[in-house]
Amino acid sequence: MTGNAIDVHAAASAPEQVIAEPPAIRLGRGPGAWRTTLLMARVTFLEAARRKILWIAGLAGVAFLAFFWTALHFVLKHERAQAAPVSVREGLVMMTMMVLYAGSMMTSLMAVLTSCETVSGEIASGTIHAIATKPVERWCLVLGKWIGFVAMLTLYVSLIEGGTIGLSWLVGGYLPHHALAVLSLVWLQAIVLLGVTMAASTCFSSLTSGAVSLGLYGLAFVGGWIEQFGSFQHMKALVDLGILSSLIMPSDALWRRAAFKFQPPILGSVGVSPFSSTLVPSNAMVVYAALYALVALLLAQFLFSRRDL
Amino acid sequence: MATLTIDAYQLRKTYGARTAVRDLTLQVARGEAFGFLGPNGAGKSTSIKMLLGLVKPTGGSALLLGKPVGTREVRARIGFLPEHFRFYDWLSASELILFHGRLSGLTEDVLRHKIPQLLERVGLGAQHNKPIRSFSKGMMQRVGLAQAIVNDPEILFLDEPTSGLDPAGRKLVREVIAEQRSRGATVFLNSHLLGEVEQSCDRVAFIRDGRIVRMCEMGGWQSNETEVAIKVARMNSTAMERLQEFTQDLRLEGQVLRLRATQEEHLPEVIRCLVENGVDVFSVIPQRVTLEDLFLQMMGPDPGL
Repeated sequence: MTGNAIDVHAAASAPEQVIAEPPAIRLGRGPGAWRTTLLMARVTFLEAARRKILWIAGLAGVAFLAFFWTALHFVLKHERAQAAPVSVREGLVMMTMMVLYAGSMMTSLMAVLTSCETVSGEIASGTIHAIATKPVERWCLVLGKWIGFVAMLTLYVSLIEGGTIGLSWLVGGYLPHHALAVLSLVWLQAIVLLGVTMAASTCFSSLTSGAVSLGLYGLAFVGGWIEQFGSFQHMKALVDLGILSSLIMPSDALWRRAAFKFQPPILGSVGVSPFSSTLVPSNAMVVYAALYALVALLLAQFLFSRRDL
Repeated sequence: MATLTIDAYQLRKTYGARTAVRDLTLQVARGEAFGFLGPNGAGKSTSIKMLLGLVKPTGGSALLLGKPVGTREVRARIGFLPEHFRFYDWLSASELILFHGRLSGLTEDVLRHKIPQLLERVGLGAQHNKPIRSFSKGMMQRVGLAQAIVNDPEILFLDEPTSGLDPAGRKLVREVIAEQRSRGATVFLNSHLLGEVEQSCDRVAFIRDGRIVRMCEMGGWQSNETEVAIKVARMNSTAMERLQEFTQDLRLEGQVLRLRATQEEHLPEVIRCLVENGVDVFSVIPQRVTLEDLFLQMMGPDPGL
């Protein structure tokens, strides 16, 4: 052996006869961007179904609604016997708001917990190696996963929040003018968190990705309270701090916009609570949140395309 | 020189201050089975990942099938069985191959015919509908092999393809490698099971500390001299003296006489000499330097962890 000398040569035995190119199936450059995206979306949604995430979440959602329906039944029975019709409606709206709020938190948690492992987990386990070596663009893999999760979250929001509004209407007779807007805002809240979690998941471990998203969600939550308190006390610095938190993570701003859309103005104008509308985020904030979700997705695609696997 | 399918020149990968691969320079010809060997942490996996486009090199260049590594056009023509063969375990074997086949650009029509054949080939025909999570390690490796060859690759990268397999499974992998080579594909094999490499490959490269330290044809390291181990009884000094005529390199270890003959033709005379001098000969076993011997010789003593 000659130390570290590099002995570079092709095999003497193999190349003596000219070996023809293998009759490989001509695949061109792979399945194309759209087909890859759809394949990944389908497999992501299928994973949620096969691993029973979808069914367990669905069952929990049905239990959640059944509980709400039962409570609603007793509240209405009690209040109709004692209170005036206006007070009954206020009680109904308030209770529905609380359930919607719980539903929006569940949806946000669902968005974070289901997606925090999707990229980082596959990198850590090596599952991604056999996939990323196929003739596919990496950004399509991320987009496909995102679409799969969006489909799942859309079903979840429809069940939890749509079901809540539906029960409120069917049992209590209250249907807000902007029910669809409320659903869309809660849905966008989940999509914002999904994008952030997926972007974090391309750089960090699953646990860290979840912690990043939930940390930002908590920041927005506290920021929302600070902003409302500042508005209530006429303290501009607190309001500005709240707006800054909404710019960092617009999830709470979306919820407050949804709360404003759901309830009659008289109910939202009192006190400081997750449902009060003393300072309602503008439509510009909703547009900002939508752009934020888009940028988070693009960032996830960019980071995943550039990183070593 | 035959057409090159892998042509890497001074590929290098550093992670901060740590250098994983210092200099990967190698060429592999079409139809060749190439073994890639080295101890743990030598840079094998990083080297393979650079060739597959999973890891971006810090320096150097590499072509696969005449095109830069990592392009979609190249990836459409290669197959890969990763070392940590983890797949979506909630899919069935058929669904997994379908998924990977579709990602490779094959149509469902083609795959509908191909998947049963592939699963049959890797011995999983009867398990095609079972979820992968119910599979043993060996079965996972078999299904991994099937996904690696679903697109009839021109280069097949196998990273530790036999680590979880029983003897029948290892034989299957050898057969698949031979089949792929017979259709003109190149096989790039990374394995710690040196016996497998020895049986399957034409050529091997040894990598140590991120650098290729030797590349040679299989068996090319064997000496021209013939070393034999002869099991004897009633060995005596006369016989030992007479054997000096054939070789100076001989020693008696218990009942085994080890000697190195400069020419193979001397061996019958050696045996005759022993018998004529009253020595009983029970067996004559030629000694050859195995790939494992060479590996240990090249890599030195185990530095420990």
